[in-house]
Amino acid sequence: MALQDERPGRLRRAPENFLTQEDIQAVQAGRRSFMRNAFVAASAAMGAPMLARAASGDSAIMNLPPWSTSLGQPVAARPYGLPSKYESNLVRRESPGLTRVGGSSVSFAPLQGLFGIITPSGLHFERHHQGWHDVDPGKHRLMINGLVKTQAIFTMDDLLRLPGVSRIHFIECGANTGMEWGNVAVPTVQYSHGMLSCSEFTGVPLRDLLEQCGADFKKGRYVLAEGADGSSMTRTIPMELIESGEVMVAYGQNGEMLRPENGYPLRLIVPGVQGVSWVKWLRRIEVGDKPWGAKDEAVHYVDLMPDGTHRQYSSIQEAKSVITSPSGGQILLAKGFYNITGLAWSGRGKIKQVDVSTDGGINWRRARLESPVLSKALTRFNIDWVWDGKPVILQSRAMDETGYVQPSYGQLRAVRGTKSIYHNNAIQSWKINESGEVGNVQVL
Amino acid sequence: MSRFSKTVVAALLAGCALGAHALDRYPGLGRVATAEEVKAWDIDVRPDFVGLPKGSGSVDDGADIFENKCASCHGSFGESNEVFTPLVGGTTKEDVQTGRVKALVTGSFPQRTTFMKVPTISTLFDYIQRAMPWTAPKSLKPDEVYAVLAYLLNLAEVVPADFVLSDQNIRDVQNLMPNRNGMSTDHGMWPGRGMGNGGKPDVKNVACMKDCKTEVKLTSSLPEYAQDAHGNLADQNRLVGGVRGKQTVAPAEGDEKAIAGQPSTNAIATALATEKGCMACHGVANKIVGPSYQDVAAKYKGQDGAEARLVAKVKSGGQGVWGAIPMPAQSHVKDEEISKLVQWILSGAKAQ
Ligand code: HEC
Ligand code: HEC
Repeated sequence: MALQDERPGRLRRAPENFLTQEDIQAVQAGRRSFMRNAFVAASAAMGAPMLARAASGDSAIMNLPPWSTSLGQPVAARPYGLPSKYESNLVRRESPGLTRVGGSSVSFAPLQGLFGIITPSGLHFERHHQGWHDVDPGKHRLMINGLVKTQAIFTMDDLLRLPGVSRIHFIECGANTGMEWGNVAVPTVQYSHGMLSCSEFTGVPLRDLLEQCGADFKKGRYVLAEGADGSSMTRTIPMELIESGEVMVAYGQNGEMLRPENGYPLRLIVPGVQGVSWVKWLRRIEVGDKPWGAKDEAVHYVDLMPDGTHRQYSSIQEAKSVITSPSGGQILLAKGFYNITGLAWSGRGKIKQVDVSTDGGINWRRARLESPVLSKALTRFNIDWVWDGKPVILQSRAMDETGYVQPSYGQLRAVRGTKSIYHNNAIQSWKINESGEVGNVQVL
Repeated sequence: MSRFSKTVVAALLAGCALGAHALDRYPGLGRVATAEEVKAWDIDVRPDFVGLPKGSGSVDDGADIFENKCASCHGSFGESNEVFTPLVGGTTKEDVQTGRVKALVTGSFPQRTTFMKVPTISTLFDYIQRAMPWTAPKSLKPDEVYAVLAYLLNLAEVVPADFVLSDQNIRDVQNLMPNRNGMSTDHGMWPGRGMGNGGKPDVKNVACMKDCKTEVKLTSSLPEYAQDAHGNLADQNRLVGGVRGKQTVAPAEGDEKAIAGQPSTNAIATALATEKGCMACHGVANKIVGPSYQDVAAKYKGQDGAEARLVAKVKSGGQGVWGAIPMPAQSHVKDEEISKLVQWILSGAKAQ
């Protein structure tokens, strides 16, 4: 640890980067205490003025690393690029005990480490009902039937020839944050909010395809979307959304084709609506005059209210936000400046305002919204903050362009109780204690 | 007739049948679907029974089919919680009369079973026909769907044991569904005009900025025992930046991940088992179709030659050790991968 101590005013750095083998062993024996000790050392050092740097200096500067003294890898060493090996902590993860089989389960996106608003395609959250397949695009077909003049079949060749549009939208599972309705259940933002992703999708407005088939827009006020996988997932979509031009039959995601886990080669994009309606491996669209009452709109994705009734066809994702860092399960390394950063979104349009509180919701400050601020897309917010080492409770609160303000847990539960499972958009609280540890808590 | 005129006649006929409109907004894109094609895919059944195929099936037949094709996951009486929430349970004779499931108000049943929620019988017909059995979806004939549905309805005490469900009487059974009056669309979360209250939100907050309340009521925080339930949070955060992940689990001996930033052997094996489809039938700690890996590890602990025997068994499949259900031959998996998987299973099938 000798070199580390010569960096005045700085915390001893994270073990992975600057430690000797002995240090690593010490850390492995129990880093919790290591982090505490480190924090005490840092606090002590912070009071002292900047001292002259010891002659030996920072080993990261004094000892030239291999990447400065040797030849690197050639181009196309990895024909499809991969993240740095140092980023391998940020991956999709399952929440143990949430589901019983992987084929009908969820993996959560690591929001705690993501920047901006676009979710890397490989980190996009997953929810499958009957496992995923890598569908052969040459054998994939889209059928349009029901109340149309011409029932038709489109191949991927046809769809890729049509005029495509590209739009950035968030997708959030209706059950995101569902484990937290009654009480705190999970430690980090990955598990509390990670059924959330945002991509640039490319495809054809469904309206164009329905016009090509001569859909009866007068009688046909509902559309059924159906997948090609084992579950052949079905959901009802209102024709109003399709007429708006927003609903898309998409093949592209972030500049390349959709990933198999996200519906390759074709999925429905239903901006503002919960993820279950964004049918993957889309094989069929039917125009009809009534909703279908499918399994995932009659048994699941129904919200249980305190009077024992279920809300059926609840689909819109209302305004919501969350601070992604500092967030649950993280440790602040020292007192001083932090950029509080997070995400806000609304299924009803653009985010207009995000406020952040550091005192558990008594006082609020307006956060900066980073551009772009797009309708039914994630919006990144940031706010400056100096931590004085005292316990705090961080919160964020979103307002969308309709004027709707994200509710507190108290307000949400007063109307919907705690058993709904779906559509929990309450204000999230993160408590930071004196040692810098951030925990998941709930404030009414 | 020349070939050319045949085409023209066919086109004219098609035009007549379909009216003037024939995929002309984008010329050449898409083709007309044949009636057979539409029939092959359009299998949905609506609550008003549009799309319901003709057929019938008895409770008795359904019991046999269920035992053979469904019970391994759902339990012989639809009661199992192993693979999914129970299908049956929590409804009463009184619910059948009122059409409202009382246990949803009182919370007197530990689970929310399928029959406690589902308002429409069409939903179950449609879903079983399209998606079950889970590992062989769309393999049931309509009569078989009627039969298993009759069996489930009997388990839920909606129909008697000698009942035969058919396209003729399914409407009557709809009027007995325990939660048929339990749904509401009176909310603001349907993005169309056909249902709901027109989009009016039910919960209101205001963007107060100063002195918004007098005290902070903290109602819940993560209990200490749950701190490590999601693994080591230090391994789930970036290695640089203003924050680190909290060390919630002491790193295991020989876990190379913390040092090299590479996934551990266990993580690789977990991924391989998932990729090769083993996890569809085996849970680490729970029995699915086959035994849990932890049970397998316990059974063969310290046994000489267990590894080689299990490798051979996985390769060629077999039954009788854990029950009557066979494991199919896993011939799509390479030998060295099977060895890796078996080693991992015998060592306790740890995730990290
Ligand atoms: C290999 C395991 C397996 C077998 C065999 C199986 N199921 Fe399922 N079943 C599941 C799983 C897993 C789900 C949940 C799927 C999802 O998440 O959408 C399910 C869901 C269901 C549901 C909907 C329950 C709900 O509340 O959503 C019904 C009804 C059902 N199964 C009936 C059957 C019938 C009838 C059979 C036999 C013909 C059968 N299942 C065979 C695993 C199985
Ligand atoms: C379709 C379901 C299914 C799949 C897929 C499956 N298994 Fe099995 N497995 C079973 C069943 C059922 C048994 C119990 C067989 C018996 O009773 O002899 C079993 C038993 C086993 C056993 C214990 C054998 C014994 O004799 O004690 C091992 C080890 C095993 N499986 C590993 C695997 C691995 C590895 C894979 C993936 C490559 C896999 N299984 C895929 C169903 C399955």
